[in-house]
Amino acid sequence: MTPRRRRLWLVVGIVAGVGLAAVVALKAFDNNLTYFYDPSQVVAGQVPVGRVFRIGGMVTRGSVERSPGSLEVRFVITDFAHSVPVRYTGLLPDLFREGQGIIAHGRMNGGEFVADEVLAKHDEKYMPPEVAKSLKNNPATAERPQ
Amino acid sequence: MIPELGTLALAIALVLSLAQAGFGLFGAHTERLGWMQAARSAVTGVWLFVALAFGVLVFTLVTHDFSVTYVAQNSNSALPLLYRVAAAWGAHEGSLLLWTLILATWALLVSVFSAGLPSVFRARVLGVLGLVGSGFLAFTLLTSSPFARLIPAAPDGADLNPILQDPALAAHPPMLYMGYVGTAVAFAFAVAAMLSGRLDAAWARWTRPWTVAAWMCLTVGIALGSWWAYYELGWGGWWFWDPVENASFMPWLATTALIHSLAVTEKRGLFKQWTLLLAIFAFSLSLLGTFLVRSGVLVSVHAFAADPSRGLFILGLLMFFIVGSLLLYAFRAASLKSEGGFAVVSRESFLLLNNALLVAAAGLILVGTLWPLLMDVLSLGKISVGPPYFNVVFLVPTLPLVVLVGIGMHATWQRARLGYRGRWLVMIAGVALVAAWGIAFGAYRQSGLALTLVGFTAGLFVIGSALVEPWQRLRHRQPLSRAALGMAIAHLGIGIFVIGVTGVTSYKVEKDVSLGVGQSAEIAGYRFTFLGTHPVTGPNYEAIEGRVAISREGKPVTELRTQKRTYRVQRNPMTQAGIAVAWNRDLFVALGEDLGAGQWSMRLQYKPLVRYLWIGALVMAFGGLIAMLDRRYRRSAAATPEPAADARAP
Repeated sequence: MTPRRRRLWLVVGIVAGVGLAAVVALKAFDNNLTYFYDPSQVVAGQVPVGRVFRIGGMVTRGSVERSPGSLEVRFVITDFAHSVPVRYTGLLPDLFREGQGIIAHGRMNGGEFVADEVLAKHDEKYMPPEVAKSLKNNPATAERPQ
Repeated sequence: MIPELGTLALAIALVLSLAQAGFGLFGAHTERLGWMQAARSAVTGVWLFVALAFGVLVFTLVTHDFSVTYVAQNSNSALPLLYRVAAAWGAHEGSLLLWTLILATWALLVSVFSAGLPSVFRARVLGVLGLVGSGFLAFTLLTSSPFARLIPAAPDGADLNPILQDPALAAHPPMLYMGYVGTAVAFAFAVAAMLSGRLDAAWARWTRPWTVAAWMCLTVGIALGSWWAYYELGWGGWWFWDPVENASFMPWLATTALIHSLAVTEKRGLFKQWTLLLAIFAFSLSLLGTFLVRSGVLVSVHAFAADPSRGLFILGLLMFFIVGSLLLYAFRAASLKSEGGFAVVSRESFLLLNNALLVAAAGLILVGTLWPLLMDVLSLGKISVGPPYFNVVFLVPTLPLVVLVGIGMHATWQRARLGYRGRWLVMIAGVALVAAWGIAFGAYRQSGLALTLVGFTAGLFVIGSALVEPWQRLRHRQPLSRAALGMAIAHLGIGIFVIGVTGVTSYKVEKDVSLGVGQSAEIAGYRFTFLGTHPVTGPNYEAIEGRVAISREGKPVTELRTQKRTYRVQRNPMTQAGIAVAWNRDLFVALGEDLGAGQWSMRLQYKPLVRYLWIGALVMAFGGLIAMLDRRYRRSAAATPEPAADARAP
């Protein structure tokens, strides 16, 4: 093989490798995009059925319920226009509290959001930007209890 | 008066930094020795004044000057001394000042340890660093001064965020910044080469130790962050593909590629343009990281308060340096051509593959990190890209890379003849395969995925392969250069890291349980028995401490304490996990909350081999340190500018 020929093969090999990697990456990408919706969008039925997504809002005061001794917890999250009940089993993050902005990851089951992960950010002053934005866009936010 | 002294020092530093840039770049351009000398003096001046400003900030924190906004927001009279000092980089303004101080320190080091550099070249490097420094000093002064006064002064401070009150986190940002900012040095060398139109083996030899030094700090910084997240933040996770983690990891990948590409440029005079481009990439990714973290555009643990003017300013800096350097590249790179060729199977090809794979990994991570941002900007919906994407796109390029590392480090330049090493490698691969099988089925009694076997085999193969050369030299009592030894150690670190990752990913067990006093739960053969809770008082927090006894097959193993802390000022609850470390596993207990009816929620975890991933990273960094100290980097570079052509292919 001449050096030119060899280099050609090298280039062909690299292009094929990159192509293969791109296909794998795109597939992985497509499978792992998670959309964010606020409770109003969920109530309006804008979420595709059966799809995993993230929902964000404030935990409604007085809504956290659990049967004593059980890891299962239920609460309601709201954007002050609409509310969605959430069910979660497991440890809640340290900063999970009523009146706190959170994001939950999971899917709808009946009228209830079944979360497999609940995130509350690490600063009491902090509100997830998505939550802040969806609260700001909402005129009803003015009623927000302080 | 003292805080105003800080502002004044910063302003003087900015002026001196502009002088450093001006005298350096124009002095080199017009070859005026006096100007170039002035640039060097300016470097020392910048360092002194930035250090003074930083000292002032630390002083105001230590002495509780709550009339300074930054101190009032990030410290408290009950905060222990260590964290009062660490608070200097605990929030946006202070960490930016640290960024600037570290940049000034790198510039000072370059100025001091560059006796061998031609003065024109040195002046250009210092000039470029001065330009970067001016940008960041202006940013600090105009948008983020840590010395802004609070009128009236606060009676006491709002305290440092409790999750930052931790020794590893006190060390994490400075180390990471050393690495981040260190890429500016390689960048400055690249820009200086393009300005002068000269790029030879000597240039690569000057650039290499600085790049390795930055890479080493970056490695340690990332490892520290991961370790901290493991025990403090993530309840036992060690990597989350959080945008800000990615922001530090992408420059790491680019710098790793750069180190390898520089080797080819030094030894063979090849890959010149590519090396320049990588140096630009590495620094650009560092700046991008700074932008992502500081602008608050990302949903992240690290996102400090968002302030649009700050984001725009950094975006401006980012564009200036990226566009400027790429334009320079477009006009000048063509004149810096590589000459000579190499065979398909040669060290050059292996390093080319190394670069292709590392850059591919960095690129795919970049896409995943920026995609949500892009979608949001275009109002196409709010999305997030999940960790599984990153796992796949990271593994696909890096798994072959690990295997290639094992072979490639034995390949010779130009045309590879593995010789006796070939036989060694086959033998090592065989042993690695058997040992991997032995670990999977013998020690853990389950194979899990095929990926587990591949991971263990690849890790063991790289470890074995890295040891061949040092072992042969030792046996025949031949000396081994520090560069070669450093390379072997760094690659050994990769093997250790891979084994740790494979072990913990394949065999970790994680379980959330609800336990009453005296009740127990079992994971991975370990029985965790809840012994009860009692209150504890810390220096600035109250806590409830849970005690958990762990036994295995009836024999007691250890007792762990885990706390749920409430800091007195910020009132945020914080979990302090209890971790039992052994050579082959961590046992991890995190206290949840009082569930009522005498039950507590708790997260129990079994993390096999998890320590090896941090040990592996530290070993890599140590290898870098050894390689950096190689004798040939200390030889006066001006004495014998060895031509790159000496090893050129016929």
